[in-house]
Amino acid sequence: MNATTATAQQTINSGQAEIFQDKIFMHSLRQKMMKFALIQVRNEQLAEDAVQESLISAYQHIEKFERKAAVQTWIFSILKNKLIDLLRKENRLTSASQLEDGDGLHGDELIEFLFDQRGHWHKEQKPIHWEQPDLGVENSHFWRVFDVCLNHMPARYSRYFMMREFLELDTNEICENEDLSVNQLNVTLYRARLKLRECLENNWYLQEDQS
Amino acid sequence: CKATQLLSEISMCPACRKFGHQMKI
Repeated sequence: MNATTATAQQTINSGQAEIFQDKIFMHSLRQKMMKFALIQVRNEQLAEDAVQESLISAYQHIEKFERKAAVQTWIFSILKNKLIDLLRKENRLTSASQLEDGDGLHGDELIEFLFDQRGHWHKEQKPIHWEQPDLGVENSHFWRVFDVCLNHMPARYSRYFMMREFLELDTNEICENEDLSVNQLNVTLYRARLKLRECLENNWYLQEDQS
Repeated sequence: CKATQLLSEISMCPACRKFGHQMKI
């Protein structure tokens, strides 16, 4: 790195470090991180520790931050790794009763609601065409709907879904961590995706259709 | 249709075809 590049990099890093002094930004970021961590570890103290350690780590390694990445995304990637470590260390089990909550229909009830006795879609439950689904991710209201759908699933559904889709753990890692068979995980992920799909369709894509 | 399990883990069923697109959530 020549002197000019080093100076430029220093300027960028000092600019990024200033973000940590922005109380409004940090308060909002911490809330989001807590929400994400709590779904994974289901323990406020553990979640708080993971968030705190991630923020400290981000502050200490600000020089490793890549210019093109958004600060928030970068800090979340640190939190993601912290949570994966935590889940592997803890390997905790949760009672079935704690996991079978959530709003509305789920599990066998949801499947009976969606499919008839021959296993075909009930006419009024068939999936609709999602208009321009890519545009949803640009819309802040979409993310509120997504968040509500995720949080209203039974805890086990959202937890395994997030482990698979957000933390990007593979099937074997999740099964080992949660003491599950592959079949149990597949069934749970199937039900989670059914539930999330139905919730997004009813609360976002159908609403868009009608507007 | 309950095809949807495999899509989580079509030429004749538009509903399941849409479901497959939606998994690609």
